Amino acid sequence: MIAIIFYLAALTMIVGAVGVITARNPVHSAMFLVMTLMSVAVNYVLLGADLAAAVQVIVYASAVVILFLFVIMLLGVDQLDDVEDKLNHQRLIATTVSVLMAATLLLAGGTKWAQGARSVTGSLEQDNLGNIEIVASTLFTKYVFVFELTSILLVAAVIGGVYLAKRSTTTMDLLDEDKPDLVIDSSEVEK
Amino acid sequence: MTITTTHYLVLAAIVFCIGLAGVSIRKNALVMFMSIELMLNAANLTFVAYSQALDDIAGQVVVFFILVVAAGEVAVGLALMVAIFRRKNKTSPDEISNMAEIVRIDDSEVTNVS
Repeated sequence: MIAIIFYLAALTMIVGAVGVITARNPVHSAMFLVMTLMSVAVNYVLLGADLAAAVQVIVYASAVVILFLFVIMLLGVDQLDDVEDKLNHQRLIATTVSVLMAATLLLAGGTKWAQGARSVTGSLEQDNLGNIEIVASTLFTKYVFVFELTSILLVAAVIGGVYLAKRSTTTMDLLDEDKPDLVIDSSEVEK
Repeated sequence: MTITTTHYLVLAAIVFCIGLAGVSIRKNALVMFMSIELMLNAANLTFVAYSQALDDIAGQVVVFFILVVAAGEVAVGLALMVAIFRRKNKTSPDEISNMAEIVRIDDSEVTNVS
């Protein structure tokens, strides 16, 4: 039974991943991305990582993809990539490199995947605690400093995102070519 | 037919390489972002698979940190895309090469290209 679920999830995951990189329309790519992310969540459930699966669905498959769709539709870029390759045979080279990378990974893994000591940080099963409790207690005890650091990272990302996306005369002057109408007279603003 | 850790690792390796191909093939920066998400998810799946194999909760904790970094990356990256598109009306990284051009101008001592 678990094998059937795994192979179904693996199939949808790979089909979705191929769809992301082959779909002509970015909106279709985003939909294929949802397919892959949901399959990853199924795999998390199979592996007993309940909290990771829930967060995967809530954050990744919903919030991140909606952000993608929002930007695609905001910019109206849902058309073909009509840019010429700057490198000769870029597609061929990229595909070859990726296939070689996959072959290397699989060959190396076929002999021996990395091994390590068991239960260094904490076991997955501790006296009747569920997966969520164990993850939470580890996160807020052993990794509490890293957890606080990620909050700083998120604040920085929010400030950076707002600053970049806001319509401003000072942002990205490097990219400014011929839009003098964007320059606002500061004395006008004060009125 | 039992599913072992190796199955998950092989699956993650395949998806990672598909993401790698996507980043290098596609010209649309948004699709390149999505391919990066694919690669991050493959890494996450590896972490969770090892967490199960080695009976260690740290793998699942690391997944959360990767999620946070990915969310921050998407927020800043998409804001950059909006800012660039507003200025240049282009979303392909191949067409946005101001910084590369500045270096080339310095090299060949051409004063005004654009």
